[in-house]
Amino acid sequence: MIKRVKGLFRGFFRFFKKKKHIRLGVYGHPNSGKSTLSNKISKDWLGEEFTATSSVPHETREIVIKEKITIKSKGKELTFNLVDTPGIATKIDYEDFLKYKLKPKEAKDRAKEATKGVIEAIKWLDNMDCVLVVIDSTQNPYSQVNITIIGNLAARDIPVLIVANKTDLKKADIKRVESAFPQYKTIGISALKGTNMEEFYEELFKLIK
Amino acid sequence: MLTLQYIPYHDFASLSMEEKLGKIIRAVKDEKILLIEGRLNPMEESELIKRTMHAINKNFKGIEIASIDYEFKGDFLENMKRNVAHFLLRKRGGLTIVGPATVVKEIRKDPSKIELLTLDRKKKKR
Repeated sequence: MIKRVKGLFRGFFRFFKKKKHIRLGVYGHPNSGKSTLSNKISKDWLGEEFTATSSVPHETREIVIKEKITIKSKGKELTFNLVDTPGIATKIDYEDFLKYKLKPKEAKDRAKEATKGVIEAIKWLDNMDCVLVVIDSTQNPYSQVNITIIGNLAARDIPVLIVANKTDLKKADIKRVESAFPQYKTIGISALKGTNMEEFYEELFKLIK
Repeated sequence: MLTLQYIPYHDFASLSMEEKLGKIIRAVKDEKILLIEGRLNPMEESELIKRTMHAINKNFKGIEIASIDYEFKGDFLENMKRNVAHFLLRKRGGLTIVGPATVVKEIRKDPSKIELLTLDRKKKKR
């Protein structure tokens, strides 16, 4: 009897949960191309970009949400809220920003905001319905940050699509990304050049369903 | 001088998350590199990153961390033997290295290998 009541409640809440738009999170290291990908998705389906990008790490230091993005593929339609998150790092040194010709005050402010951004990004893991983990395919994928993000998503039972980004670069190695996380689907793209985006959207449909 | 502190599994596994993270943060702020037998779970890892971010200041720039599992690709019987041995010895697979970013420049990791590169201390003092 109790089980049946619990089941009814679960169904009731699931019904209302389905009504709201799905939250699709974009996670990864700083400079892996999260905001470039978010902008590409937004530009492809809304005709506008929504977040700043830069070669200086930690350009995104706050959660940025673009609501109601509807994508279409093979007669199907999907609407979601896209959540671009600050890059997750285990260290932040303001002196690193000085190399990008930022003034010391700007560098210190950026570092301070970046630490808050990392904390926010981690807190928001609980709010996601599915997540794109963006990995720079020219870098070693076996970083603790990637492992921590994916481990946390697995523990929360949140569906994951691994995006091996920057495939337009010579050093890109999609196979290495695939072999690092064989339990997840990996799709290679270049968000900057718009390479392989059609297949990416197909995988997105499979992810969100 | 580099200080490497080893923490055996039975000393670490019995601690609560608060105690584990407190121990790690205290050690890295003291510029020690920790070699821990065992791994943090994903929730503990993300909480460690959050606390590290809270602790960052002029002197403390964060951490470098890497952990590996002892992946074993033997047959079923071999795996069983290993699991029984681990159960009897109360051992858990894996190894974690964590150090302060002011001392550890980079931890390069492959599935079964960890390389730790330290910063040039003389250069750092300049």
